[in-house]
Amino acid sequence: MSVPVRRRTAAVVGGAAAALLLAACGSSSGGGSSASASNTDPACAPYSAYMGHSGTTVTMNGSIISPESDSLAKSWQQFETCTGITIQYNGSNDFESQLAVKVQGGTAPDIAIIPQPGLIAQMVKTGKAVAADATVTANVSKYWNPAWKTYATVNGTFYGAPMSANLKSLVWYSPATFKANGWTVPTTWADLMSLSAKIAASGKMKPWCGGISSGTATGWPATDWLEEIVLRQFGGQVYDDWVSHKVTFASPQITAAFNTLQGWMKNPAWVNGGFGAVSTIATTTFQNAGIPITKNNCAMLQQASFYGAQWPKGTTVGANGDVFAFYLPAMGTQFGSPVEGGGEFEVAFASRPEVQAVLDYLSTPEWATSRVKVATGWVSANNGVPASAYTDPIDALSAKYLTDPSATFRFDASDMMPAAVGNGSFWKGMTDWFAGTKSTTEVQQAIDASWPSS
Amino acid sequence: VREFWLSGDLIASFVSDSASKFGTMIVGLAAFFAVLLLVFFLAGRARGKYQTPLAVVIFLGPAIALLLVGLIMPTLRTITLSMFNDDGTKFVGAKNYVWIFTTPDTRTILFTTVLWLIFAPILSTGLGLMLAVLIDKMRRESIAKSFLFMPMAISFVGASIIWNFVYAYVEPSQPQIGLLEQVVIWLGWKDPPNWLLWQPWNNFLLMVIMVWIQVGFAMVVLSAAIKAIPADVNEAASLDGATGFTLFRTVTIPMIRNTLIVVFTTILIAVLKIFDIVRTTTGGNFGTQVLSNEMYNQTFNEFDWGRGSALAVILFVGVAPIMIYNIVQLRKERADR
Repeated sequence: MSVPVRRRTAAVVGGAAAALLLAACGSSSGGGSSASASNTDPACAPYSAYMGHSGTTVTMNGSIISPESDSLAKSWQQFETCTGITIQYNGSNDFESQLAVKVQGGTAPDIAIIPQPGLIAQMVKTGKAVAADATVTANVSKYWNPAWKTYATVNGTFYGAPMSANLKSLVWYSPATFKANGWTVPTTWADLMSLSAKIAASGKMKPWCGGISSGTATGWPATDWLEEIVLRQFGGQVYDDWVSHKVTFASPQITAAFNTLQGWMKNPAWVNGGFGAVSTIATTTFQNAGIPITKNNCAMLQQASFYGAQWPKGTTVGANGDVFAFYLPAMGTQFGSPVEGGGEFEVAFASRPEVQAVLDYLSTPEWATSRVKVATGWVSANNGVPASAYTDPIDALSAKYLTDPSATFRFDASDMMPAAVGNGSFWKGMTDWFAGTKSTTEVQQAIDASWPSS
Repeated sequence: VREFWLSGDLIASFVSDSASKFGTMIVGLAAFFAVLLLVFFLAGRARGKYQTPLAVVIFLGPAIALLLVGLIMPTLRTITLSMFNDDGTKFVGAKNYVWIFTTPDTRTILFTTVLWLIFAPILSTGLGLMLAVLIDKMRRESIAKSFLFMPMAISFVGASIIWNFVYAYVEPSQPQIGLLEQVVIWLGWKDPPNWLLWQPWNNFLLMVIMVWIQVGFAMVVLSAAIKAIPADVNEAASLDGATGFTLFRTVTIPMIRNTLIVVFTTILIAVLKIFDIVRTTTGGNFGTQVLSNEMYNQTFNEFDWGRGSALAVILFVGVAPIMIYNIVQLRKERADR
């Protein structure tokens, strides 16, 4: 247990107030309805495997907050009614930092929804995380791209099923603008570059816009850009070695990737449409980065599938709408179609049977399909979910690439690197690089130097 | 936490849930007071040689216990942790401190913190004093004071969000969002810089936020001190021929010296702990990072308890002497009155 001086003082002084707040914060998602569950209801037949734990409560924490968490609650409502298990979900923006404190303090939730493989490893180190049971393991092996399982595996033990997934490898654009100017969606990297040059030469707008400002996480979109390039230019093996630091940031491969990125997102003729010089990328929030596309100041934005939620009200998303996205093309055919994504994992800190029942259920295609049907903007990499379940075009596009068996899927590298790098020097380094305060070599050296030795 | 507000039955369950929790809390508090009363009653009945030691234990005990648990032990624990590795499992000696003083990035952090320590308190106190003097004896003084004091009621985070909009930048050819940029463009500066990237001046732009908040506090306290100067002192000085600035320099300043020091050190301590402004505006990027924000980053984002603790220790060592000096001055001021 380790908390700096000031915090702990505050904790004691504010103890009474905190108790009040905590009391006010807890909220159960199932309500009292689960008590009246009827196990004989035919609608409950699919849940027979999870029966026998009526009246129990399973606590779950995550960084997903309302309204997304309301959709989660709805997706397992039937499960709660039938099994009598109440899932008590609590979401917080500060989930990641709170979890470490809670686990070390012995008040871990039964289930944590962890968005970073690095954090899973951190939690496993505390000795409190519980390995996945046979059902979850079997489901994940059956329904997910094999890469996913490795991300929740620490020292050979598998810890939990993926929950949602997002596709990072997308480029947002305006179909109307493309059509009006006779531009076509590129399918190779070379096409993408020549299209960018063409747009820049037309003088109508700059081809690219970008923004990497995101509070304390400032820099993360830029780490994605570099990761996409590494995966496309050098393939999955170099990518994995880079994550484990066998390939350093100063290595020739990563240097080459930096140079590719320099010619793309740091090209003064190509960016930063609607905002100004290249350095404005560092001060533009990632949420605002795509707005110039709707004003014809910029043609394209590389950003993940979840950017769909950031468009101003009234913007229609779709192949014939105001904005849509295309797959960030591969650089050749030697690595298949490289797909970078992110997602969360359900990690247990308790082995009670009802906790296992909940985890078993969440690893099934039935639950994923149930969640997909509640609301759009949510994709699972579970290939047991029928493609027809996705009604939103971006969801469908994401699901297509995330469940593609021939894709070279890789998880966001910065989420897998040690926290000192993935949550620290990598973000800072890319921010300095775009702000123009550090050269490529200086950034590479700073990140390599920050890599923990042990 | 605000996730399950939507449906009626959830709200109902939330209310009944909270009610039962509040009920438990009230019972708990009542039990606590009952025990306290009993202890005091028993202690009051004690006679003879145990009377004094028992009173000392009962009245001082809880305070000392809280101080131990809440302050002394965490301090010692932090100092210990600062000499261990990231997860507190391996002793590394002074390595974390060496890291702080030798890494170029952390040296910038120390330098920026020193910049803040020098300029923010001087600017806040200086401006506050100037305003206190200017506003003194003005008509409807209280209205002017209220307006100047108002930013004090805004949290640092709120103020930083407001100023973030002031400093927002887009290229001059686009419609402007940022107030500052639009104003300087009107004033004829054709190509203003991207404010938050404008090193090292961005640090001063962030300090403006601090000064904006603190100046009202400085003004109100100093104004009260000025008003407390006895009228005969000013009259005597006037009879001796002191007017205007001479009167201010030779009479007003020495008379409010102690208050000035208290205001200055109070702001100095606030500056040393400054965290919210940097975190909200730049996230510590672009050469604006300060000690306390880096401490949080190291501990809670990068999970390096060792480095975070080492930074906390440095912060503590920096704050402690000023704090002690501040308290001594406060006591002196009270004694003077």
